Amino acid sequence: MKRLGDGINRRNFLAGSISTGLFMGLGAVLPGYSAEAAMEDIGTVGASRSFSPTIWFEIDESGKVQVNITKAEMGQHVGTALARIVADELGADWTNVSINHVDSDPKWGLMVTGGSWSVVTSFEMLSKAGAAGRTVLVDAAAALMSVDASELSVKNGMVSGAGKTMTFAEIVTRGDISRSFSEDELAAMPIKSAKARDFIGKPAMALDVPAKSDGNAEYGLDVELPGMVYAHPIVAPTRYGSTITAIDDSAAKSVPGYQQTLKITDPSGYVEGMALVIADNFPAAIKASNAVNVKWSAGATTAVSEADILAEGKSLVDDPGSGTLFVDTGDTANAMQAAQDTLSATYRTGTVLHFTLEPQNALVEFRDGQCHVHAGNQWQSLIIPSLAKSLGMEETDIILHTYYLGGGFGRRLFGDQMIPAAHAARQLGKPVKLVMTRPVDSLFDCVRSPSVARFDAAFSETGTLEAIEHAAAAGWPTQSMAPGFLGEGVDGNGKFDGFSINGADHWYSLANHRVRAINNTLAQKTFLPGWLRAVGPGWIAWGVECFMDEIAAKLDKDPIEYRLSLLDGEGRQAGSSPMQVGGAKRLAEVLKDVRDRSGWGRTMPAGEALGVAVAHGQERAMPTWSACVVHVAVEDNNVKVKKIWQTLDCGTVVHPDGALAQAEGATLWGLSIALHEGTEIEKGQVKDRNLDSYTPLRMADVPELDIAFMDSEEFPTGLGEPPLIAIAPAIGNALFAATGQRVRDLPIRLKT
Amino acid sequence: MIEFELNGTRVSSDAPEDTPLLWVIRDEQKLKGTKFGCGIGQCGACTVQLNGAPIRSCSTPLSAVANAGITTIEGLDSAQGEALKVAWVDAQVPQCGYCQSGQIVTAEALLKLNPAPSDQEITDFMTGNLCRCMSYTRIHSAIKSVAREGGES
Repeated sequence: MKRLGDGINRRNFLAGSISTGLFMGLGAVLPGYSAEAAMEDIGTVGASRSFSPTIWFEIDESGKVQVNITKAEMGQHVGTALARIVADELGADWTNVSINHVDSDPKWGLMVTGGSWSVVTSFEMLSKAGAAGRTVLVDAAAALMSVDASELSVKNGMVSGAGKTMTFAEIVTRGDISRSFSEDELAAMPIKSAKARDFIGKPAMALDVPAKSDGNAEYGLDVELPGMVYAHPIVAPTRYGSTITAIDDSAAKSVPGYQQTLKITDPSGYVEGMALVIADNFPAAIKASNAVNVKWSAGATTAVSEADILAEGKSLVDDPGSGTLFVDTGDTANAMQAAQDTLSATYRTGTVLHFTLEPQNALVEFRDGQCHVHAGNQWQSLIIPSLAKSLGMEETDIILHTYYLGGGFGRRLFGDQMIPAAHAARQLGKPVKLVMTRPVDSLFDCVRSPSVARFDAAFSETGTLEAIEHAAAAGWPTQSMAPGFLGEGVDGNGKFDGFSINGADHWYSLANHRVRAINNTLAQKTFLPGWLRAVGPGWIAWGVECFMDEIAAKLDKDPIEYRLSLLDGEGRQAGSSPMQVGGAKRLAEVLKDVRDRSGWGRTMPAGEALGVAVAHGQERAMPTWSACVVHVAVEDNNVKVKKIWQTLDCGTVVHPDGALAQAEGATLWGLSIALHEGTEIEKGQVKDRNLDSYTPLRMADVPELDIAFMDSEEFPTGLGEPPLIAIAPAIGNALFAATGQRVRDLPIRLKT
Repeated sequence: MIEFELNGTRVSSDAPEDTPLLWVIRDEQKLKGTKFGCGIGQCGACTVQLNGAPIRSCSTPLSAVANAGITTIEGLDSAQGEALKVAWVDAQVPQCGYCQSGQIVTAEALLKLNPAPSDQEITDFMTGNLCRCMSYTRIHSAIKSVAREGGES
């Protein structure tokens, strides 16, 4: 079948992709990550830098448009949003548009779904891909109709003008659709004005919802292959350094269906001391696991507790020589020395589990010398090299087949559960379906690290805030899993994990501001730190925004008016890139909006109060502006959140209802992490491993939500995580207003 | 061998009697709409109906359903069940979707017991079902819309 895109000269597109799409996507969003490095990485993961409409979509002879989606679907309806970007520029008939979630193949380039990057990093290239496709269709139609292309317009899957109309189907079938674009042509490709858009910003039903509403959606856990066996892991007492010394499975042999217990050796170093219990079926594997007795020579961290990690963090933030400089504006040291008054505080956050409702699983089959992995995953380009290293195979011989993800939240950015499944499948010569029961999933989780942040503020004689020194210590996910993404310190001295310090580079105008990012080495060696929804900003903002409240209180200023006085958008806070346009003034606008909508300043009953916090999303380079007001009521030291108002500005909203759904979910995540869930490291492992003691928010805990988006035609930024960030500090600040008690530990547990 | 009725069809299983019903449904009968979440009956992703009442199939041994009638999301074809599936789409409830079979099966049981539940009654009945994406407000409003459409509120 003839398709649009056949015969396209990819060499010409190659140039376009580097200077527009992929370059923009990676170079602009990762602090300390250069464009050259981004291009090199894209080259190493796939070598295909080609940019042709066939990569992103196809139109067949019946006029059906299929948009290929390289992003994982984990609840954000990402395929719908991305397809609507393409379809809008293309002028497609939406009822003829479908999406195809692709398997890993080098031709797709970097495959990652995280960081709230999907729309922000795809918008420009998908728009241009759509526009390029539209140009091809118009020119082909013009030739077929013998009219000038300038007389034609495209809408609803039809090209019309000069009294004639032709469908996409006719043009693809009969027209000349071979075409190439130079770099310059691609850069100059006309993109619709906001007012001319048909789909972006307009209501749409998400394409993945129907299958998720009748039991038909297929997740990784649901996949089977003929002849497969089941595997259930027994994990070591420590994440690192444990080795199995003995396996006694004599008691398991009486379990019907039990086959054997394998010892996994993983040269990549991510899976140490794991045994895999193999059985005919999963219940037998669970039962046998309880009967298998594994002995280990344990690693060094069997005695480490949450308190140890927090104490290590405290000693690190108190050491002025520790860490890597992330922000260094003005002369903070001098300002601190000249201070007439100071304020200091230490904020802490505890361990949080991802607890994806679909436990980690992987089905692996070796076929024709290739390793096929069936599992939901967010970062195929990250786990494939680890699998290759672990298995001693070429990356091109490892293929990940994708499915719906029963929750991502950053857990599935890593696919370490695939490693033992792959070793077992190769050893046994048959497909292996590894499934983790919940306690194993929790034990093997890459948790959100405990964190400690110290803040020191300097004031002048007249009570003006002169400087803030901020030091933050945590386990760094990026160091363990993607060290190539570490940033360089602003003084060129050392590296830092941007994903663990973002948010500290906030938009308040401060003459002197210094931030040190510190790796908590005890955390790092005790567990695998993970990227958990909102990642660094999710804990950094807890300190930044509560401390800002402390400063306002010390100066006897209203918390909102004081923030607004610092959000002047001057100098570097004016914002420079298309994504940052407006800078701190846009943050001030969302803050004013939520102030007015929440009735800020009104008299509240005793024990009740409002609290406020703001955030700028995942990264300073791609801000999603948010401001939140929370209404709390405290009775007998019980905290009840009665209502949450949040105003968000993420620029252009591509899929409004999907955006609202993400904002609702992320807002409640913020509340859950603040008040309901959380665990601790005990004897080197997470203490709470299932819902009997790990207690995420339930329907009965849901407060009234009032979420609003600013009308905007600016560049679209991310939304999956940002609405989470301001919730916890807004609650903490409301509790201070209600009780006079300053809470500095997350999760929040009021002192009796 | 234990026999029971699954979505109106007689089925049998040779699995050990203490096998959780969940795995018989998923791996023997190949009905994958019912999900595995916590394994201790506290998330609700595995919810099915036993003679019309919602149960946690992960914690229900096969022996407990001998000769009983089991209904899963795939067989939830009552008027309320069909209405709920439509309401779930209309309200755009699911995010990741993994918990939603259990939510819908639970909601259908509620509406059969109480066709016009109050807001608080919906919350009380549904609060045992975890939604990790926290789509709770939409779950609630979808159930409410079906209850209202039933004309008995």
